[in-house]
Amino acid sequence: MGYQINQDKMNAILTELSKKYKIYGPRRYVGDGTFAHVDTIRYGEVTTLDDIEFKEKSNYSFKEVLLPISETLFYFTENEMKEADAPHSGAIVFLRSCDLHGLKRMDTIYLKNGAVDTYYKRLRDNTKFILMGCEDSFENCFCVSMGTNQSDDYDAYLKIDGQNVLIDSHWDLLDTALAEMPEIQVIPDAVSQNKTVVEIPEAIPQSVIDSPFWEDYANRCIACGRCNFVCPTCTCFTMQDIFYTDNGKAGERRRVWASCHVDGYTDMAGGHAFRDNKGQRMRFKVMHKINDYKKRFGTQMCIGCGRCDDVCPEYISFSNCINKLNTLVKEEN
Amino acid sequence: MTDINPYIPFLSEIKEVIKHTDIEYTFRMTYSGNVNPGQFFEVSLPKFGEAPISVSGIGKDTVDLTIRRVGKVTDEIFENYVGDTLFLRGPYGNGFDIQNYLDKEILLVAGGTGLSPVKGLVDYFSANPKDTKGFTLLVGFKSPKDILFKNDFAKWEDNLNVIMTVDTPDDGYCGKCGMVTQYIPDIPIKNIENAVGIVVGPPMMMKCTIAELIKIGFKEENLWISQERKMCCGIGKCGHCKIDDTYVCLDGPVFNYTKGKFLRD
Repeated sequence: MGYQINQDKMNAILTELSKKYKIYGPRRYVGDGTFAHVDTIRYGEVTTLDDIEFKEKSNYSFKEVLLPISETLFYFTENEMKEADAPHSGAIVFLRSCDLHGLKRMDTIYLKNGAVDTYYKRLRDNTKFILMGCEDSFENCFCVSMGTNQSDDYDAYLKIDGQNVLIDSHWDLLDTALAEMPEIQVIPDAVSQNKTVVEIPEAIPQSVIDSPFWEDYANRCIACGRCNFVCPTCTCFTMQDIFYTDNGKAGERRRVWASCHVDGYTDMAGGHAFRDNKGQRMRFKVMHKINDYKKRFGTQMCIGCGRCDDVCPEYISFSNCINKLNTLVKEEN
Repeated sequence: MTDINPYIPFLSEIKEVIKHTDIEYTFRMTYSGNVNPGQFFEVSLPKFGEAPISVSGIGKDTVDLTIRRVGKVTDEIFENYVGDTLFLRGPYGNGFDIQNYLDKEILLVAGGTGLSPVKGLVDYFSANPKDTKGFTLLVGFKSPKDILFKNDFAKWEDNLNVIMTVDTPDDGYCGKCGMVTQYIPDIPIKNIENAVGIVVGPPMMMKCTIAELIKIGFKEENLWISQERKMCCGIGKCGHCKIDDTYVCLDGPVFNYTKGKFLRD
């Protein structure tokens, strides 16, 4: 159902919802960016619509709401183990269409690939998603190429329209809160073209692994893993045990975000490792995003948000890589 | 919500410790439940972490885990196991399906600790020799002091054709020497078209052995391998063991060679 409401009333509704839900959205952190006088936009708790950065793309995705950077799985004391409490009992997340598609990629890994992940599910089941539209494409976005520029799989859509807010609700709780408001038709803003266009190669032959193509990246990539950490579809983690210095018998097991670009990702006990060459790490990631995941699950993994291109300190462009790979595959066929 | 938390390990009692070498012990652990040879458990040590260890033997209400002391977790297991318990999660992975090998000639080639994941198969065919048309176990170790499962070999030799070799002999060793591959051509196989080969060991040993088996006429679809990778979860989430569209923890670690040959890290 579509509604029009003024911002003050919507903020009052958010305040009411915040009693049950933690509300997360992209926030501007002034001066917190990599360089002096540069802001960063990342997810944080919001209380009013003014807290949310609607005009720019967030540097980081929403994924940390469901998959915290460091998440305690359980606490242990001698032979007792206690499952850690959830960081929140319910959440509302403001996000864009590409990220909403990213959510489906996370669901696939954490709910369908092997056993159901207890920690993901308990957060996911109690999280509502509010779509933020995109009137214009941002720099490096290629959502149209990836088919993620539109989504109707939201709990609500929300757009700031001057002093008013336009809402399309698929959520009964919100419908109840908005019951007195004038109903109008609200269609989410979505871009229909991006400046960046990618063409994904069909049927990439396995021989591409040995192509000198990846050597370029071997020299440029510094294995910092930033591309993985900003990516809403990167979901790998590493286990980490810690124990308390005051009591060596007690501690906790955590999982922390992992990156397939960073050293140590494949290290086994005894010292053997795979993909020492950083170009091969790039190959591993690229093939996962645009080939391997699809082979296993039927949809492309990459959602075309372009954050990896935005963040790379070596100016490596993922979208460029896909297009160059496409040319290479065509030439070889 | 009735889903069981797959990350919380259970306590298992150490029934027996069998010392093979200074750095390789078999821990006989209490476990009742279905388990296949070649599957693995995450051995979980609070404060130190977890290590994926394959099942090297299956008994009534026990599983054997042969652990090599090579890392942070396994060091701690060796230091502090005394008369105690270990936490486990699992079993994970597919393991070897006995059905694939019944009533066939079998050549099993193992290198070093690679014998652990296939030991359950050797035990099975040693106890049920009628289920195979001929079973050869070809095993290589680095040196005589690295030999694992010494006591089992005597038993296996009763029913199976066993060839053991070491890379570097020491004084007093009077068995076979050299790489496993050099013994392959002499192994009597009546019907190579239908014979199955199982190869587990270090990557280079597996590569050379497979090449040799194909050379003497084994069919690719009759060859089986088991892979080893870093794994933090064992349940398809952490991503460390992924190779192309394959998760070694879910789809493996045992692969038919027709699939296994395409796995490139």
